[in-house]
Amino acid sequence: MAQFLFLLFAIFTVLCAVGVVVNKNAVNASICLILCLVGVAGLFVQLDAYLLAFVLLLVYAGAVAALFLFIVMLLDVQGKETFGLRGFRTIAGFVAFALLLAGIGSVALKGQIVSSPPVSVAAGAQLKLYAYQLFTTYLLPVQIIGFLLLISMLGVIVLSKKHEIAEDAK
Amino acid sequence: MMTASLNAYVIVSAVLFAIGFFGVLIRRNTLIVFMSLELMLIASTLALVAFSRVNGTMDGNVFVFFILTVAAAEVAVGLAIIVALFRRRHTVQIDQLDTLKN
Repeated sequence: MAQFLFLLFAIFTVLCAVGVVVNKNAVNASICLILCLVGVAGLFVQLDAYLLAFVLLLVYAGAVAALFLFIVMLLDVQGKETFGLRGFRTIAGFVAFALLLAGIGSVALKGQIVSSPPVSVAAGAQLKLYAYQLFTTYLLPVQIIGFLLLISMLGVIVLSKKHEIAEDAK
Repeated sequence: MMTASLNAYVIVSAVLFAIGFFGVLIRRNTLIVFMSLELMLIASTLALVAFSRVNGTMDGNVFVFFILTVAAAEVAVGLAIIVALFRRRHTVQIDQLDTLKN
């Protein structure tokens, strides 16, 4: 049953990822991105990372992908994108894709990643474990991240302000 | 509840990464290139969570927490840059944003 669920979510995620890349319409692509994130959250649940799955849905699918949708609608880009299966970049893309797939294949077929048997983490204590780690071992990174969020907020405010002087100069 | 092997998770994450990479290289729309970048980031978090689960430590999961935070900040700034660019140039196609080339 769990194996079936893994296959289901994995295939769903990969299909939605392909949908993000091949969709001509940016709105459809961002909706595919949201679905792909839901699939990844399902995989997280199977890895016993319940809190991360929840945060992924909340932050990524809820905020980030919705922000993408907003921007796509705001810019109202008409779909006259040349899909561009030509030129040097496309060849580079295919070669890189093939190389990555070959690497994956060689790992999957030859090498087995040996590991100790999975340790089961008590599900109820998950949040406590995160909190303990965040406030002891990773206290400095947490503060740096808070500062980074502040900086990015200021940056976004500055970037999205209208610059009259620059407009005049143009 | 983890029944699929670590290999399977790593393969899924690598395939996701490859798809995102492919999208970054072949798409011309800046917004979709940005979405493909997010896909690559998500692929790396999936690998981190899988390794963390198998090793039975919390470090990978906490690292994914930080990645999610940084990704949120990055998306906000990146989309603001794209909007500013669109205001100035009235396009988001990569082909037409080649001022530095000439």
